[in-house]
Amino acid sequence: MNAKLKETILNPIFKGNPITVLVLGICSSLAVTVTLKGALVMALSVIVVTGISSLILSLLRNTIPGRVRIIVQLVVVAMMVILVDQILKSFEATYAIDKQLSVYIGLIITNCIVMGRIEAFALGNKPWPSFLDGVANGAGYGMILLIVAFFRELLGSGTLFGIDILNRFGYVPNNLVILPPFALILLGCIVWVQRSIQKDLQEK
Amino acid sequence: MEYLSLFVKSIFVDNMIFAYFLGMCSFLAVSKNVKTAAGLGLAVIFVLLVTLPINYLLNTYVLAPDALIEGVDLSFLSFIVFIAVIAAIVQVVEMVVEKFSPELYSSLGIFLPLIAVNCAILGGSLFMQQKDFLNIGEAVVYSLGSGIGWFLAIVSLAAIREKMAYSNVPAALKGLGITFITVGLMGIAFMTFMGISL
Repeated sequence: MNAKLKETILNPIFKGNPITVLVLGICSSLAVTVTLKGALVMALSVIVVTGISSLILSLLRNTIPGRVRIIVQLVVVAMMVILVDQILKSFEATYAIDKQLSVYIGLIITNCIVMGRIEAFALGNKPWPSFLDGVANGAGYGMILLIVAFFRELLGSGTLFGIDILNRFGYVPNNLVILPPFALILLGCIVWVQRSIQKDLQEK
Repeated sequence: MEYLSLFVKSIFVDNMIFAYFLGMCSFLAVSKNVKTAAGLGLAVIFVLLVTLPINYLLNTYVLAPDALIEGVDLSFLSFIVFIAVIAAIVQVVEMVVEKFSPELYSSLGIFLPLIAVNCAILGGSLFMQQKDFLNIGEAVVYSLGSGIGWFLAIVSLAAIREKMAYSNVPAALKGLGITFITVGLMGIAFMTFMGISL
């Protein structure tokens, strides 16, 4: 494990986080963060899809003609998403979550992180680093998802993973937190915290 | 009357941006000034209006259980069919617009190819599949309404961001952070429409 590979893995988690720094993949990320369980399933699905499709496209990178590469990428990614969706549907434990995530599993196809990493990294690098890059970007995305979901489930329902935490102390769940706009405000605050620490990311 | 209520509902209550966060990436990236925002908004309305009814027909007559061959359920293929239709149509639309209206092409040009990967377009088709529309008229009305809702959202955000250039925002919140919070507050405003039943 050399320094470059380590950089490939660590960079997307914090310094080059796909959501808060590159602003990719916001579409699907916010609607699934009402509960931690949904966020966790979504994060794992995205990690699998980005990792494996980066790997496949990196293996194919010398055989795909430049003009049709977008279509090829979409087909590979769509195939991976169908696989993930069918797997989630086939287990009793995950079927309910798949129903809850509804269209957002399908929307992983148009999640800009997947296409963005394939375009920017997998098409110019060897399979193994591409796979790690895909997984790391999926993990960076998943981390933000879990942070947002943590606050939304704790404050909005008083629970974590469905286990009662705050309600037993007489906490009254705040319904505003469950509503979609609050996820955006929370994300704005995460960006605020990150940019206060990393001053070089601030915009003029 | 039903069409009218579906239309109003898809613009305000089920707004693609504020209720479902669809098409956020380009929504945040292209909302710096009103003119380009309006261009992208128009392109989204147009592409939604073309792709959604086609995907509706495909979904009803090819993919649905027992639609094509008795006893065969192809609905697991819907993701790949929808995205292929969208990518193909965007390509065709791009060529047609370039041929017949170079003026419109040069104003939309950059955005058209990007729309293939705009979540709002695929999201529209996936919601259509979920909502079980009765006929193609409903699908057309729904696609038009969602497109207009998206257009309204991006133009109003762009207008707010233009004005915000003059305000004193904390350094770390500038740009992305304050935009997220603005969209959140706009979303809360749009939620007032939720109580309306049509």
